Amino acid sequence: MNESGLILDKLTILRGDAPLVSLDLQIPPGEVVTVMGPSGVGKSTLLAAITGTLAPGFALRGGIRLDGQDLTALPPEARHVGILFQDDLLFPHLSVGANLAFGLNARIKGRAARRARVEEALAEIGLAGFAERDPATLSGGQKARVALMRMLLSEPHALLLDEPFSRLDAALRGQIRELVFSRARALGLPTLLVTHDAADAAAAEGRVIELAALD
Amino acid sequence: MRLRYAPALTLALMLGPVLAGLAGTLLPAIGLFPALGGTAPGLAPLKALLGWPGLGPAVSLSLGTGLAATALSLVLTALIVGSWHGTRAFRWLEAALSPLLSVPHAAAAFGIAFLIAPSGWISRALSPWATGWTRPPDLLIVQDPWGLAMTLGLVTKELPFLLLMTLAALPQAQPRRSLTVAQALGYGRLTGWLKVVLPRIYAQIRLPVYAVLAYSMSVVDVALILGPNTPPPLAVQVMRWMTDPDLAQRFTAAAGATLQLALVAGALGLWRLGEGAAARLGRAWVAQGCRRHADGLGRRAALVLGALSAGAVLAGLAGLALWSVAGFWSFPDALPDTLTLRPWLRHGPELLEPALDTLLIAGAATALALALTLACLQAEQRFGLTPGARSLWLLYLPLLVPQIAFLPGLQTLALMAGADMGRGAVILGHLVFVLPYVFLSLGDPFRSWDRRQATIAAALGAGPARIFWTLRLPMLLAPVLTAAAVGFAVSVGQYLPTLLIGAGRVQTLTTEAVALASGGDRRLIGLYAIAQTAVVVLGFALAIAAPRLVWANRRGMRAG
Repeated sequence: MNESGLILDKLTILRGDAPLVSLDLQIPPGEVVTVMGPSGVGKSTLLAAITGTLAPGFALRGGIRLDGQDLTALPPEARHVGILFQDDLLFPHLSVGANLAFGLNARIKGRAARRARVEEALAEIGLAGFAERDPATLSGGQKARVALMRMLLSEPHALLLDEPFSRLDAALRGQIRELVFSRARALGLPTLLVTHDAADAAAAEGRVIELAALD
Repeated sequence: MRLRYAPALTLALMLGPVLAGLAGTLLPAIGLFPALGGTAPGLAPLKALLGWPGLGPAVSLSLGTGLAATALSLVLTALIVGSWHGTRAFRWLEAALSPLLSVPHAAAAFGIAFLIAPSGWISRALSPWATGWTRPPDLLIVQDPWGLAMTLGLVTKELPFLLLMTLAALPQAQPRRSLTVAQALGYGRLTGWLKVVLPRIYAQIRLPVYAVLAYSMSVVDVALILGPNTPPPLAVQVMRWMTDPDLAQRFTAAAGATLQLALVAGALGLWRLGEGAAARLGRAWVAQGCRRHADGLGRRAALVLGALSAGAVLAGLAGLALWSVAGFWSFPDALPDTLTLRPWLRHGPELLEPALDTLLIAGAATALALALTLACLQAEQRFGLTPGARSLWLLYLPLLVPQIAFLPGLQTLALMAGADMGRGAVILGHLVFVLPYVFLSLGDPFRSWDRRQATIAAALGAGPARIFWTLRLPMLLAPVLTAAAVGFAVSVGQYLPTLLIGAGRVQTLTTEAVALASGGDRRLIGLYAIAQTAVVVLGFALAIAAPRLVWANRRGMRAG
């Protein structure tokens, strides 16, 4: 069996003893799978299970594998699973450049090399020369692009999107969505999108899974 | 240090001294104190205590001033918040009262003494034109036998505390919506608030109220300054026995400390019963449905009394400052003839040593408390521990057990063990009281930090330690420094722990200032009290200024 991509192998998340979400899914590299469903059905909990940040009181059964590696035993920081939330969540105390450097893979060594990579990344998202800026002074679209780039610089092997476009206004929304999806496909990242918006799901051009309450 | 053990270590450092001290108090109280020849249990200490002729009045004073100060502070807090919360007048009152929380009790008490004494500012302002006095009248206003001055002094300090605790509890009760509903039903603002919001708030400020009661009943420094002398409140007498050169008096002291503990426990029980009675009366009052109950009068009284309370401390501090630079200042002049820096030049050098010790002890106790608190909070979050109501009780325990009930025991134990009680022991002693305040101040901001920030950072490959040091701590700089300033102020204000644990050999600005109480050298008192206040105020100024400087170019760090 092909083990590449993100595999949720008969995954069940339990709150206490009660099953909350159940999913059996393989996301091949480059596909964006959309998960939809009413609030409270456990969409964010599903993402927390994959990032390894389930709150106490939750447990999971089944397996989560990424490119053949079992994630469930790994701490969050060793999983190489990038995530974008509804809010940009740029670290408010760090400059734009320092935010990117925080994400930049530690594999790249040397102050000059790292700074050069950050500058290059800023230029890629049309923000050349923004390194010293306070993130709070950026526009919504600029923040979203920095958040995306910060995540990509960590070189994730999979991508989770927790309604990342819902706070953006209509004009910006399509643009950022296109940027995120094209990047994910170009890098061959298996991507899981959680959303309420059917337009997001359509733009993802992948399978759509409707989650329903289990009880 | 392993993070997992942080909560246990913190509890041990916070409650260990309390429990050990209680044991060290209870044993001599029944005659057991081998170092002083007490080898068999007996009732001699109790008999000595009962044989003291001042016992009745001392007990009454402890109960009376404690209950009165607590009830007054609580009623005034409820009236102020109920009448004015959400108005401009309230913001003004809050701005005036909040900083007073940081003023050390001793300094506030001295200030009030300077204000209301027969030769104080109020008397000067009214003399001779209104009173006809050309000399200070022979009236016992400060240190009056009923403890009125002491009660008032306590209220001015406990009011800001309860006010801030109430404000912290308010958002959870969603007072605006309830009040809007009540007002739509025709209730007056104050009556509506007392009927629908107060019951929910009270459940949340119950522990702080208990702490105020325990503190007010057993306070020593304020009692030495504003309270009566012959006899003094019980706690003061216990301290006198403890510091008596005749070591046999330690037995009486232990019996007295035990009685003080029982008194506070009894008063807390009484208060609890009172809560039930008040709740029944309150329910009947609510059921009556009357829409306004002297709303206008209550609101005006709240404003006037709140302003008076804040004004008294502020004017008192101004009086202290003025006395510390006063040249010749005769009665009934409202202001000194000349101002001079001579008191500061003359006594400045002798101020230096206690000031440095104050900074050292407060700095060390605060640093320890901060490290333990952060480790506990981090462990709580890492290992998914959920703090329950019980842990809140544990935090409040050092504030509920009267200092005078367990500090003598600690000294006794040290004496038995032959331990040298120097600055290190005083620092650990202060830690017992600094920890709860630092924890209470930092807990909420730490827990309400957006956890998604940590998720993002972990997804970027950052481990827990890196997330803590590079994200959480810097982003929480302001609340961390505020908690530090609170802890620092608590330590600076400690009188009894410094005196008893330091065995009189560790001098801080506070012990030196309180020691001056009986002397009556106003310039010197003013000097020490102002120095004591200045140290605390400086701490808060730093805590406010530093984050603004560090994050001057980060707009996102100023929003919260």
